[in-house]
Amino acid sequence: MNKVLDVKSVSKRFGGVQALNDVSIHLNEGEVLALAGDNGAGKSTLIKVVSGVYHPDDGNIIFNNENIQLDNPRFAREKGIETIYQDLALADNLNVGANIFLGREPMTTKLGVPIIDRELMLSESKKVLKNLEINIPESSLEEPVGKLSGGQRQAVAIGRALYWNAKLLIMDEPTAALGVPEQRNVMDLIKKLKEQKVSIIFISHNLTDIFQASDRIVVLRRGIKAGERIISETNSDEIVKLMVQG
Amino acid sequence: MNSKTLKLISNFWNWIFLIFILIFLEGWARIVYGSTFLLNPFVLQSVLLFTAAPLLIGIGQTFVIISGGIDLSVAFAMGLASVIFATVIKSLAPELGYIAVLIGFGVTCLVMLIPGFINGTLISRLNVPPFIGTLGMYGVARGTGYLTADGMTVPVNNDFLFYLGTGKIFGIPIPVLVAIFFVIIAHYILTYTKFGQYTYALGGNRQAAIRSGINVKRHILLLYMLCAFCAGIAGMIYTARFSAGAPQAGEPLMLDAIAAVFIGGASFFGGSGKIIGTVIGALIIAVIQFGIVFIDIKPFWQFVVVGIVIIVAVIVDQSKNKLKGERTDE
Repeated sequence: MNKVLDVKSVSKRFGGVQALNDVSIHLNEGEVLALAGDNGAGKSTLIKVVSGVYHPDDGNIIFNNENIQLDNPRFAREKGIETIYQDLALADNLNVGANIFLGREPMTTKLGVPIIDRELMLSESKKVLKNLEINIPESSLEEPVGKLSGGQRQAVAIGRALYWNAKLLIMDEPTAALGVPEQRNVMDLIKKLKEQKVSIIFISHNLTDIFQASDRIVVLRRGIKAGERIISETNSDEIVKLMVQG
Repeated sequence: MNSKTLKLISNFWNWIFLIFILIFLEGWARIVYGSTFLLNPFVLQSVLLFTAAPLLIGIGQTFVIISGGIDLSVAFAMGLASVIFATVIKSLAPELGYIAVLIGFGVTCLVMLIPGFINGTLISRLNVPPFIGTLGMYGVARGTGYLTADGMTVPVNNDFLFYLGTGKIFGIPIPVLVAIFFVIIAHYILTYTKFGQYTYALGGNRQAAIRSGINVKRHILLLYMLCAFCAGIAGMIYTARFSAGAPQAGEPLMLDAIAAVFIGGASFFGGSGKIIGTVIGALIIAVIQFGIVFIDIKPFWQFVVVGIVIIVAVIVDQSKNKLKGERTDE
């Protein structure tokens, strides 16, 4: 299989805290990798390194056979690495289209003056939400996203990541803030994306979700890799053991 | 009243309020003086001239406030610009005429980028809270202005400058035209460009802006430079109008400009606001100030009235969020 991502011996320190210590993970095309671990295990730090928010002190990241230096999130996004954070990172005062296109607004000209193409932003948002079978009432699309429900906001965040043809999608606790039916939608969505050869890393505390959706699991514990298992060859007892004992 | 009507009123209360005071003053003029307020060109010109400087400061302030910051230094940045503009023109040979004014304009614009650059650097790179950083700059600009002017006003004698300050085109005073020009440019930038979009995003969710790959530090730096530049234009207008540079030129305008932004509907917490709102806000303040003189009561009432309007503006902003159905922590 084609290796999409290869994170080699990454370390990251914040002051006196060694958040990541010599951690390596890899990801194949169309594979879903679950990242598990207790609070403070280094999961969020690891994905922030891959998405370009943090710069690792040591180690390197190979993406699509290319050694890449991710100095900021924009580089990561340009390479096709999209991240959906737990807090969604939506600008609540902007509408759906503005959020999907934030940082990459399409331009057009009116009377020879360059302006942001809001019409295109709106119509493209409709399209991407429809592709994902996400229902947001038409009237809400032009309202600030702060007024949408938790599930709808999650949908906007996913739509934003996918609009840009992500090759690697990173999801931090994608179901944590959602109701049960909405959780199921997100899990279905992960399967759908896998079929489309999108590689996914997702952080979850929920072992049911992990066993349902992922192919492989990496367990972190206090900044080190405690273990790695193929989902079909392990069970939740073993994973919990890895999480607490290493 | 249903919630739709309430929403409409809360969105447009400032327009309604402005129309209300205009009607009141017109009524007053007709009943008490047997004349007119609105149709009197002198009144209109005075009000608009009153509006020009605080409006220009308010334009820059609108950007900064939408981004979630505030710039307290603008009033003395305006004074500093006024003094520098006057000093440069004065130091050049009078026969240079309009060329002296152009050189003064260029030099002042460049110099005014410095306080903005320092403000922006303090806030974006050194994480100084905007309130404190720009308060420091308030002192520095104030002192520098007085030192440059040696504690006095700097009179200039330049016909072209005098024309710019007092001349009219199609009956509209040139300073007012300058303000209108900048209003249009600022409205365009805020509403139709990425720069404007990022300003809103920054005020809405700084983390979202950072993670979207927006260069937030650079953006903040540019915002405060823009703000200082606008104050600089206001300062030069002052010098042109009075043919003198004065370090205290902007002193009474600091709060007026900030008030105009909030009366115009910007949120104190950032993320919302419009240039046209600031225009209305500045007009309301100018009409109140002029109106109080017009109806011949003690001018000190203007402070009371403007103060009350600011408080009303913030209350309306708060209740607006509730009406919009946004989550509040109550």
